[in-house]
Amino acid sequence: MQVNYNYSPKQYLMLIPLLVALIVAGALLMSGGNVYANENEQLQDLINQLPNKKLNKLEGVISELETFPSSIKNEKEADKVNKLILKIFENLLAGKLYYLKSDKSLLSVDKSNSSELIISRLISGEQLDNIKKQDIKKIRTNNKLRKNLRKTISRLTLFSNDPGQRRNAVLNMLDNLGSENIELLKTAKEKETNKKIVGLINTALNLIKLDSQRADIRLEAALALSGVMNPVVKNRLTDLVQKDSEGHYLETDRKVRNAAEKSLRTIESKSNVYNFIEKIFFGLSLGSVLLLIAIGLSITFGVMGVINMAHGELIMLGAYTTYVIQQLMPNNIGMSILLAIPAAFIVSGLVGILIERGVIQFLKGRPLETLLATFGISLILQQTVRSVFSPLNRQVSSPEWMSGALEINPVLAITYNRLYVFIFSLLVFAVLLFIMKKTALGLYVRAVSQNRDMAKAMGIRSEWVDAMTFGLGSGIAGVAGVALSQLTNVGPNLGQAYIIDSFMVVVFGGVGNLWGTLVGGFTLGVANKFLEPAAGAVLAKIIVLVFIILFIQKFPRGLFPQKGRAAE
Amino acid sequence: MSMSRSTVFGNFFEDKNSKLFLSTLLLVTAFCASSNLMLPKDSFFYIDTYTITLLGKYLSFALLAMAVDVVWGYCGILSLGHGAFFALGGYGMGMYLMRQIGDRGVYGDPLLPDFMVFLNWTELPWFWYGFDSFWFAMLMAVLVPGLLAFVFGSLAFRSRVTGVYLSIMTQALTYALLLAFFRNEMGFGGNNGLTDFKELLGFDLKADNTRVSLFVITALILALAYVVSLFILKSKYGRVIVAIRDAEPRVRFVGYKTERYKVWLFVYSSILAAIAGILYVPQVGIINPGEFSPLNSIEIVVWVAVGGRGLLYGAVLGAILINFAKSQFTGLFPEAWLFALGALFVGVTLFLPDGIVGLFQKKETANDNAG
Repeated sequence: MQVNYNYSPKQYLMLIPLLVALIVAGALLMSGGNVYANENEQLQDLINQLPNKKLNKLEGVISELETFPSSIKNEKEADKVNKLILKIFENLLAGKLYYLKSDKSLLSVDKSNSSELIISRLISGEQLDNIKKQDIKKIRTNNKLRKNLRKTISRLTLFSNDPGQRRNAVLNMLDNLGSENIELLKTAKEKETNKKIVGLINTALNLIKLDSQRADIRLEAALALSGVMNPVVKNRLTDLVQKDSEGHYLETDRKVRNAAEKSLRTIESKSNVYNFIEKIFFGLSLGSVLLLIAIGLSITFGVMGVINMAHGELIMLGAYTTYVIQQLMPNNIGMSILLAIPAAFIVSGLVGILIERGVIQFLKGRPLETLLATFGISLILQQTVRSVFSPLNRQVSSPEWMSGALEINPVLAITYNRLYVFIFSLLVFAVLLFIMKKTALGLYVRAVSQNRDMAKAMGIRSEWVDAMTFGLGSGIAGVAGVALSQLTNVGPNLGQAYIIDSFMVVVFGGVGNLWGTLVGGFTLGVANKFLEPAAGAVLAKIIVLVFIILFIQKFPRGLFPQKGRAAE
Repeated sequence: MSMSRSTVFGNFFEDKNSKLFLSTLLLVTAFCASSNLMLPKDSFFYIDTYTITLLGKYLSFALLAMAVDVVWGYCGILSLGHGAFFALGGYGMGMYLMRQIGDRGVYGDPLLPDFMVFLNWTELPWFWYGFDSFWFAMLMAVLVPGLLAFVFGSLAFRSRVTGVYLSIMTQALTYALLLAFFRNEMGFGGNNGLTDFKELLGFDLKADNTRVSLFVITALILALAYVVSLFILKSKYGRVIVAIRDAEPRVRFVGYKTERYKVWLFVYSSILAAIAGILYVPQVGIINPGEFSPLNSIEIVVWVAVGGRGLLYGAVLGAILINFAKSQFTGLFPEAWLFALGALFVGVTLFLPDGIVGLFQKKETANDNAG
């Protein structure tokens, strides 16, 4: 059966309003859900007033909108509407609220990096591509309105059901507190169940009290703020003990000044402790990176005695594997990272086996030649990657669960990616230790590295063990590359930057000793981070290098030297 | 191979290959210099100044390769940090040339080099004092790398750090210096290094005459270094050095203090490298921290390996050949150079353990045996 699809242009034009109405209705249904019909209409009516109103009348609409959710009985619905209204207010405040001239529907407009407009429907979030600048109009605000809006938003968020939002609301208030906030904060405190947020509200109230006319109230507040780790508190207290240009103290009462100083000292010592913890964490994080890059080397160099200058490039291959897998599945970043771990192990491991079979096995017993040949391989690998992927750095994105930070308090935050890499490095170490100590392969490897001829006599295929061991060490390098892709840029020179460091860790820890590599990596990492503030990043690195050079003079076999026959 | 070497024991001028090498070097140098200075520009045999400078650069690299060969080929010490000594020598020369600029710099400061003015420094750092005098500068350019080699060598050799460990330590040494010289606070021009040189001992560095003279001086110093090195290596001291290469514990048990031999050889080699740096900088016109990069140092090792280690003219040949290839390659297909260099590393170690020179020598020995 033939259907006639030939509509005339006029018929098309008639379709447009219908479409728009459908979209608006659909969007509303999606966001509003099952709001009762009359409430829905009421809300739509209010929202529709936004583009029409003159500035002075806009305020009325805003306050009506603010109170609107309280009229909804169904809590879930109220919450939804609340969020929608908040979204409108925030866009309005940021100057991003526009409307489409044709149908007065609300839009959110952003500017991209290349200052192109990114237009999307406010309610549904649907992106609109074919809209020109002249089709839209901004909803204007003025200073007074914005000030009101800010208050409205903090009122709305302060009583939101989401504790994170409530917390942010109080944090936002801390920056511009005034006596007008007192009532609001007090009500919020009564309703608040979350202890941390109660503490934050108390801090805010105390900060307001510092402005009080009565010295005893100020004194009480200054004492109460002792040890509160928030930069705002620290700044306010420091202001109190400062002198103005004529040499008078800003705070006239001596008791209050003393109290403020005491509180400041507590804050200071507390923040010293946190700084120390932070440094340790940064050091351990660097150490975990060093461990990851060196652990594969401690297998190939330490156990097998093969010096592999292409180790860094095997790390780089692992990082590029992550990049490629991410390109293949751009919508599932978290999955791609997890998939990349075995994939990188296989890619780098296979390349490693290829290197061992193709070059290294012919250079047995000639370490200096091995060094040169593998260096040549590293150059070839680098140039291959440069030719295939371009010499520019590639961006590997982190999954959501790895971005952000674990905020312990305002001065101490531990980024998730570093935390995960730290845990991951320990995991890799444990697996490797298990392989070397508890599996047949580990037994063979140790046997061959101690006495090749005897191992052969016992029926161990030493050639096969060599290839497998080298593959294992190389595969671990690839896995390290996956971890590094989450911390730094992925580029052809990625491996080169780490090769000297990784040799230092292995040599420092003691060749042929996995535990030595662990201790060596973390020691060097922490030492580096503690030297950094005093000496600067580059100088710290130099000091560590010089230290290792001197250390090797005294202990040529590292921290944990091999003993017995295996040492010779 | 060891056969042919032991036959030249004694007066090395009896060595056929050395004679051939020295006479070729001097003849080619004389020809190039006179062709540039005396022939008309449209003559078939005319060699332009650019080529002369390029040759001069190759010859200073050849000297550097010889320095590495002295320790690696004859004593088995694979240094992956000789670029550091080369660069330190170069910086010494660079500092002298910098002071010669005087008030002709962009900022016109009579005392301070441009980069210091740029960094808002008001006075010359103490370690720049005296570098306006040529001989003091040259002395320092040789002394500092020599001292560094002495300290590093005595620390390393006394605690018997050998083989791969030593190689990695030397690499770490040049890496540490690379990081240090990149810092502006060091007072050596940071990232950009030292450049914009005007004149050397009053001679304009851009003039043809100066450039040809520098080339000739480089060739003469290379020849001199060859003779001196051969003299050292063929002496009793040199025989001990070779013995250390082949069986260090045995030499030690016989009663030689092997670490002393190694330290002094290392110092001598570092001074050769520094002289190479001194000759390199005025011809190239710049010295920057990039010269400290581990890649540079390891490239030198390849020159030696390709040419044939354990034979000084092998190192020279390797340096010139590879650098010529590099100039050609990087001009024609820049992408392919690293591939070619990488393949060279692998190929030479797998198939040409004695380098190009070793290839010919093997034929000779085979012929000798047959005859």
